[in-house]
Amino acid sequence: MKNYYFSTKKMCVGYDNKPLIKDMEIVLPRGEVLCLIGPNGAGKSTVLKSIARQLALLGGTVYLGEDDLSEMKADELAKRMSVVFTEKVKAELKSCRDMVATGRYPYTGWFGILSEEDERIVSEVMELTHITDISEKDFDRISDGQKQRVMLTRAICQEPEIVILDEPTSYLDIKYKLEFLSLLQEMREKRGLTVIMSLHELELAKIVSDKILCLKGEYVERYGTPEEIFESDFIARLFDLNEKNFAGNKKLLAYMKQIGTY
Amino acid sequence: MNLNRKNRSIIAFLLLGVCVFLFFILNICIGSVRIALPDVARSFSGRESSETAVRILWDIRLPRAIAVLILGGALSLAGYLLQTFFNNPIAGPFVLGISSGAKMVVALVMVFLMGKGIKVISAAMIFAAFIGALLSMGFVLLMSRKIHNMSMLVVSGVMIGYICSAVTELVVTFANDADIVNLHNWSRGSFSGMTWENVKVMTIVVFVVFFAVFLMSKPLSAYQLGDAYARNVGVDLQLLRVCIVMFSSILSACVVAFAGPISFVGIAVPHLVKKLLNEAEPIRMIPACFVGGSAFCLFCDLLAKTMLAPTELSISTVTAIFGAPVVLWIIKRKENLRR
Repeated sequence: MKNYYFSTKKMCVGYDNKPLIKDMEIVLPRGEVLCLIGPNGAGKSTVLKSIARQLALLGGTVYLGEDDLSEMKADELAKRMSVVFTEKVKAELKSCRDMVATGRYPYTGWFGILSEEDERIVSEVMELTHITDISEKDFDRISDGQKQRVMLTRAICQEPEIVILDEPTSYLDIKYKLEFLSLLQEMREKRGLTVIMSLHELELAKIVSDKILCLKGEYVERYGTPEEIFESDFIARLFDLNEKNFAGNKKLLAYMKQIGTY
Repeated sequence: MNLNRKNRSIIAFLLLGVCVFLFFILNICIGSVRIALPDVARSFSGRESSETAVRILWDIRLPRAIAVLILGGALSLAGYLLQTFFNNPIAGPFVLGISSGAKMVVALVMVFLMGKGIKVISAAMIFAAFIGALLSMGFVLLMSRKIHNMSMLVVSGVMIGYICSAVTELVVTFANDADIVNLHNWSRGSFSGMTWENVKVMTIVVFVVFFAVFLMSKPLSAYQLGDAYARNVGVDLQLLRVCIVMFSSILSACVVAFAGPISFVGIAVPHLVKKLLNEAEPIRMIPACFVGGSAFCLFCDLLAKTMLAPTELSISTVTAIFGAPVVLWIIKRKENLRR
């Protein structure tokens, strides 16, 4: 146990007391990246929400280091874990910088007024993620991709030990996708940031993850290193890719095989 | 906070402060008997002034103006809290039927107790109104679990308002002749007939709640980001929700208990203030809403008193004239944003 920063024991997640995925056992050392992959509706977001304590666990325990997540105080957890979810964020009359600064919430005093130190961290993080140029723009009027970058910056601004990201790359173009991944790399090297995220892009998942968790059905389908996951036809089976369905289309077939077997 | 914003909020607060001061003075000077400013000053310092002028100022105008100042602020703040709570720009104590619910219970209690010859004290009135406000609020909350469409929620609030108003009308119709005049005026919304005792009670209640709300400005600002992020940064959502519901109900109840239901202030003022500040941070919005509500209501009460003098208009008539267009403007702007 001691060697792992994040771990779950017999974790069971789901909505309204109906278990979706049972007996999840995850272990992750500090500074590693865990990717959740699986078909639509497999429960990736549900798992992430349960880990982030947004959804009550239906069973089992989640540990951060040696601390039971469910027993942690809300403000203590806020200093250790930050999140980026897929839900649209509401931000009336907030500039991008204001939005990033909301990440300082757990560190500010009773009235939430930013200290000079807080302001410095906000500026620093925004430079790190290259969003200084949109700093004063109205958050409601920037593109979805820009919003996503701002929310990621906000999550880093919270100075967590672990971040939970639900499809963080979905609106990003290829340049920012790569930039985002290199940022994650940098954060884990410099600060030992641990990352748990869901990704749709299998190619990216293969490159950035240390561990991959495959979800399908009631139990964890497979958990292991990218090499273990992307072997033979496992991916094809995970996503129910059936050659017969694409038999007429040679290009698709070739693409499918490329993904399915790698 | 950068310099621009700092300057802007200083200017906004100054502007609102000046408005409140100006309208307050005008409210004291103007009425069915006009009293010039020097006379006002003289009667306050107690020198060479007519007994009537002093009585009018001290017993009628001053308590009324202070009541308008406090209740106007309370109403606007209640509206701001409800808009934040439902994340709905046109939520407010009046449209959600909360004012009408409070009105109904107060009317029932008053008619019942007056019929037995018992005089109702201010605190009891507030309590009755609070119960009524909570009843309506409870109903709206139940509806909001089933209805996720915000406009439908507002429509159901309006319906609750109609039902409560109908019941109130019924009660008022069957009340004793002597009580009817008072009750009827009150049930349409009016600031007239405020006593110092009223003012004392409402000042205490409203200011205690105001400070409590102000202390909540940090969690409220996180709440604006949505549940998930609020929870993540450590906000106790359940506690915060209970507080918002309680405080907005107390504020609405306090207004209804003394001045009856007043429309549109709760929706219009927070929006105008937000435009003025050009930001939505609760720490500045909360006091600005309060002061803005005071200014708006002082202005409207001035018109209600003077437009058709000596007849007095119901305050809602005036607030609707200025408030309803703001609501239309909000709806239009929201449509524009969606496109």
